[in-house]
Amino acid sequence: MRTCAESFQGYILRSLGRDYGERLLPRGLDITFCDQLFLIGSGMIWNLYFAVMAVVLAFSLATLLAIGKFSQNFFFHKLSAWFIFVFRGSPLFIQFFFFYSLFVLLPRQGIEINLLFTTITANTGAFRTATVGGLVVLTLNTAAYTAELFYGALRSIPKGDLEAADAYGLTGFTKFRRIVWPTMMRLAWPSYTNEVIFLFHSTTLVFLSAFPARQQSGEALYYARYFVDQTFNPFVAFPIVAFYFIVATILIITLFSFGNRHLNRHLPQEVRPKIRFKPQYLR
Amino acid sequence: MFSFCTDPSVLPAWQWYACYLTSGTHLAFYWSFVVVIMLLLLAAPSALLVGFGGALAMRSKFLPLNMLGRGYTSLVRGVPDIVFFLFVPIAIGQGVEYIMHQINCPDWDQPIRQGNDFIVCRDAQVPPRGSPSWMYNAWGFLLALIAFAVVFGAFVANTLYGAMRAVPKGQIETAEAYGMSKRQTFRRIILPQMWVYALPGLSNIWMILTKATPLLFLLGIQDIVYWARELGGAKTSLYKYPHPDWRVWYFLVVLAFYLCLTALSERFFDRMMNRFSVGQATSGGDRQNKGKKKAVATAGETAA
Repeated sequence: MRTCAESFQGYILRSLGRDYGERLLPRGLDITFCDQLFLIGSGMIWNLYFAVMAVVLAFSLATLLAIGKFSQNFFFHKLSAWFIFVFRGSPLFIQFFFFYSLFVLLPRQGIEINLLFTTITANTGAFRTATVGGLVVLTLNTAAYTAELFYGALRSIPKGDLEAADAYGLTGFTKFRRIVWPTMMRLAWPSYTNEVIFLFHSTTLVFLSAFPARQQSGEALYYARYFVDQTFNPFVAFPIVAFYFIVATILIITLFSFGNRHLNRHLPQEVRPKIRFKPQYLR
Repeated sequence: MFSFCTDPSVLPAWQWYACYLTSGTHLAFYWSFVVVIMLLLLAAPSALLVGFGGALAMRSKFLPLNMLGRGYTSLVRGVPDIVFFLFVPIAIGQGVEYIMHQINCPDWDQPIRQGNDFIVCRDAQVPPRGSPSWMYNAWGFLLALIAFAVVFGAFVANTLYGAMRAVPKGQIETAEAYGMSKRQTFRRIILPQMWVYALPGLSNIWMILTKATPLLFLLGIQDIVYWARELGGAKTSLYKYPHPDWRVWYFLVVLAFYLCLTALSERFFDRMMNRFSVGQATSGGDRQNKGKKKAVATAGETAA
């Protein structure tokens, strides 16, 4: 049996790969409570990676899509509206399967793109891994959900604000940057917080059967399922995952309420909108 | 299926596809779509029932019941629900076997959890050992249904609780003024009126519910995802219908199925909302009222 300190050393970074801890995962009767606690905790590194990267990457895409859906241009409107419908209307679980089987069809060596003077090789093999491929799917998905939120916010920007901007002679991109975008962010922020929580919860879907976990390095739920398979006891591993996620949820809310305060700093204390935990639960 | 399907390797393309798409495994694939819809149609009412119970518990003045209702809804909402979908079926499966074990084999002296095994006596196994495979499937389906009811019941409870509180105060005060008891007020005033307030939330939950159905795959049920993976994978010439990796196309079909389901449900809920808004003290109901008055007015004008 390992002591707790030993399992901490052996497993706290194990999710990064074989070279960062014990080669093998604990098996059968050898599993201690600390093993479960630290290995599942180590899996949270991946949840964090997927969530942070997807939120950052999806942000500008979501803004573009929201503007596209709001625009009067028929082509842009249709394009954005369809993108949003497809990703919001189908289960993320199926999207993972679909994109994985699509990525597998890409040539493993990479595609050579001929650019007149030089050729660059797009490394398409990387799309088969969860690190890249899974992230792409998550990014597209959260971009669609976020875009819908931003679109709703765009539609409810007070008319007076826009008229005031016109009166000041602001036009085009300046108007967007100074008036439209900040107001949109302010209005969308509480629901955006929930979207981020919701995205964080859905990072648990990445390794569920579509994308392979190389060298048994996966996210928190992957390890929890591993332990349940090994011990046939769901009453330890799943509550540990639940605990980690509740902590993470509280952290996200705290972090985003700072943003909320910053965005609403011009308003008197009691009119500032509050962030309420109200996620959409499942995609 | 068709008489010309005896030797597919010599058939022209369209006949080959006709045979391929009606093979036994494909029929199982089509059947799995029916299973998904069945699950939806069973899960929605059971979640509604659990949710209604949960909402009543949350309204209850009796403190333990109230805490139970609140604890249940906030716990389910704070944790990724995939955790619940994986946890509930195993936990309930083991729980039922444990209870059966206590009833059927009181003189069993060994512990149930031996190391990493969960061992109950022969009579306590559910379904009984040696049952046909459809019993196992049905039991798995039932456990999945319970998991859906538990998770979505919590969401429904929250929505219904909000809806019950959204019924205008004036209505309830009027009911009290007419001398109705608490129970009568609930049954005659709150219950019929709450649905219009609950519908947006409920339709949202339905959308989430439809999108949760592929998780059946994780519970070991041969559902859409299972068959799409199975049928789409590359088949060598050892098989009757050899083909390369077609998983993309199968998942595209599944994706399209869910998109259609979403689009149809959106239409359906729009209609329902119109129905429920009739005569209600909401902006939607108001608009309908005005529309009707206008229609009557114009009809009067044309008649005159």
